[in-house]
Amino acid sequence: MALTPPEAKIWWNEKVERGELVWIVIAFLWGLVMFFMMVYWHLEGQQNLSNEVYRISPEKFLAKTEKFTEQYKVREEAGIPVAKAPAGSDVYMLARLWEWWPILELEKGQTYRVHLSSVDWQHGFSLQPVNVNIQVHPGLEHVVTITPTQTGEFSVVCNEFCGVGHHTMIGRIHVVDK
Amino acid sequence: MSIAESHSGIIGGIAARFRTCPATGLQIDLAAERLIKANAVAAVVFLLVGGVFGLLVALTRWPAVHLLPADMFYLVLTAHGLDVLLLWILFFEMAVLYFASAVLLNCRLAAPRFAWLAFILMLVGGVLTNIAVLQGDSSVMFTSYVPMQASPNFYLGLILFAVGALIGCLVFLGTLVIAKEEKTYEGSIPLVTFGALTACIIAIFTIASGAIILIPTWLWSLGYISHIDTLMYKLIWWGMGHSSQQINVAAHVAVWYAIAAITVGAKPLSEKVSRTAFLMYILFLQLASAHHLLVEPGISAEWKVFNTSYAMYLAVLGSLIHGMTVPGAIEAAQRRNGFVNGAFEWLRKAPWGNPAFAGMFLSLVLFGFLGGISGVVLGTEQINILMHNTLYVPGHFHATVVAGTTLAFMALTYLVLPLIFQRKVILPGLAKWQPYLFAIGVSGISLFMMGAGTLGVSRRHWDITFSDAALSFDYPSAAFLMLGLNGLSAILAAVGGGLYIVITVGSLLFGEKVTADNVVEALGPMPTRKVSEAVKEYGNAGTFHLPGTYILVAVFFTAFVLYYFVNWKYVSDLWPMG
Repeated sequence: MALTPPEAKIWWNEKVERGELVWIVIAFLWGLVMFFMMVYWHLEGQQNLSNEVYRISPEKFLAKTEKFTEQYKVREEAGIPVAKAPAGSDVYMLARLWEWWPILELEKGQTYRVHLSSVDWQHGFSLQPVNVNIQVHPGLEHVVTITPTQTGEFSVVCNEFCGVGHHTMIGRIHVVDK
Repeated sequence: MSIAESHSGIIGGIAARFRTCPATGLQIDLAAERLIKANAVAAVVFLLVGGVFGLLVALTRWPAVHLLPADMFYLVLTAHGLDVLLLWILFFEMAVLYFASAVLLNCRLAAPRFAWLAFILMLVGGVLTNIAVLQGDSSVMFTSYVPMQASPNFYLGLILFAVGALIGCLVFLGTLVIAKEEKTYEGSIPLVTFGALTACIIAIFTIASGAIILIPTWLWSLGYISHIDTLMYKLIWWGMGHSSQQINVAAHVAVWYAIAAITVGAKPLSEKVSRTAFLMYILFLQLASAHHLLVEPGISAEWKVFNTSYAMYLAVLGSLIHGMTVPGAIEAAQRRNGFVNGAFEWLRKAPWGNPAFAGMFLSLVLFGFLGGISGVVLGTEQINILMHNTLYVPGHFHATVVAGTTLAFMALTYLVLPLIFQRKVILPGLAKWQPYLFAIGVSGISLFMMGAGTLGVSRRHWDITFSDAALSFDYPSAAFLMLGLNGLSAILAAVGGGLYIVITVGSLLFGEKVTADNVVEALGPMPTRKVSEAVKEYGNAGTFHLPGTYILVAVFFTAFVLYYFVNWKYVSDLWPMG
């Protein structure tokens, strides 16, 4: 019984029965399949998170994003500037209590280097309804290469709790045809 | 007389008072018994408090009800995580540790005064953190990610609680040493004690991680330290936060083996296999901090892949092994009991009316199918891009910690009441249904949150309609339906949980005393053994044929593989990124 010492004193020499052994082998192999699936996706898959990250002070990232926004501003939406940078270029979006700034306009099928960082607390970049979720830290500039494959209006919801206004923190990315 | 027989024993020069358990003949150290009672009672109180908070969270998430204002929602959500995930579970685990050492090893408890110190520190710490949260300036969620700051007492309470838990672990280890020294058992420690030892070792790692990060964070909140690195905080905090969930896994697997042993007479199919599976938890579970860092900037993909998979899924292998050996041990025992017809007579004729057995088996099934599969899928590096910080995450861990651990602990309570508290369970008719009600409610909570998470809904979010936001966004309407159903399921779970508390507290106050005459009956319905010539010997000696278990495992494995690859399909539909 599991509540009493093992019946056989030398329990570690007992033969393992076939049924258990077969399952252990299957489960072990399945573990290897799942492990190598992640490795395989890094080699062949299209959806992997970028490892390109730089340390940066919040002030510096704010300055870079402001400069970018000033340079590429095309219009405003609900008082928030909309930046449209040339296809394939570097674009910036910062997180702060409680907004994603600025709004980005991207072209479908073009690859952008999106620079993400926070200037205060941690935030969560949740692109909806595509459903891409990336953590955003203050002090770390994360460069994510992304290629929109659909046109339309996409929202960036904050999905890392960031205080009492958390649920009002929403940003926008427009994807348009060329 | 609550104590059937009691006598003093002098072992190793130290006097301890024992009673003899009328059911098992074990010597029960009265000091250990009192500590088990105190910890179990504290656990149930925090379950009640945390459970009420949980219901308030679910009713606020339900868009049609939307009960609490935003600041209260975040406050209550912080308190909910704290009270149930930490306090209820760890207090109960302390009771399990003392039971698995002093009681099962027939031994006196080491240093009962230190065990009381542990209890008091845990209680003071738990209350202190609760007060900090309820004062309203520490709504930082259970995770308290820096640079968001709580009041100093929030961290101090957690530190005191952790120190208390550490002392409890040392008392457990000390008791194992005494039992060995004083030869109170023969051979190796029982499997259940081995599982508890696994939980204890992981707990020590966990508490060390907690101390390493919470002490500087506390000093930071007091102004003595200027900066805590956000990424380092998360890495080490989750060394506590996730590894502490592995204490639960080890503890509730041990509880499964214990309940199966008491209710149907199950013995491990193979001591070697079951113990090796526990050992894998010790060796690999600590890597799980990575599960919370998969979409974090600044950590390499190689590190993520290796750690998130527990070094090629070796800790998952441990759980997959228990997932077969626990039902296998039950099937073997039931076949020994005479239920040999077909593949499933053993399961059909299991004591489903005994809440201990029913709760244990439901916990096993729900932990495996809902919690286990979703956990592995969620912890796959690229699939995590789809699910990180969505409601899928709480969906997953309600299946593991509530349907798995909490339900297993509830089930154990139905045996602890007669054996340790020496009280018969009151309202047996309702007690019979309690595990089912709770299990259905929790399954709903878990499934509907996972469903909403799959649709992208953020966790820890007060208003999914974004009514106060400058820009607008609508989640799919199915998400609203899911959160409504989540609210209904939470009500059901609250009824089940409330029933558990009423029965437990009621039995303590009004339950009939258990004596040698009625102790077996007090344990609830058990299968009666049909002894016949045809009944073969099952177990770690003799014939071994468990068709029912093989079928169950095959169904589980098929569901696992299908669901895993369905999620890869979802990943492949995302915008290309790198």
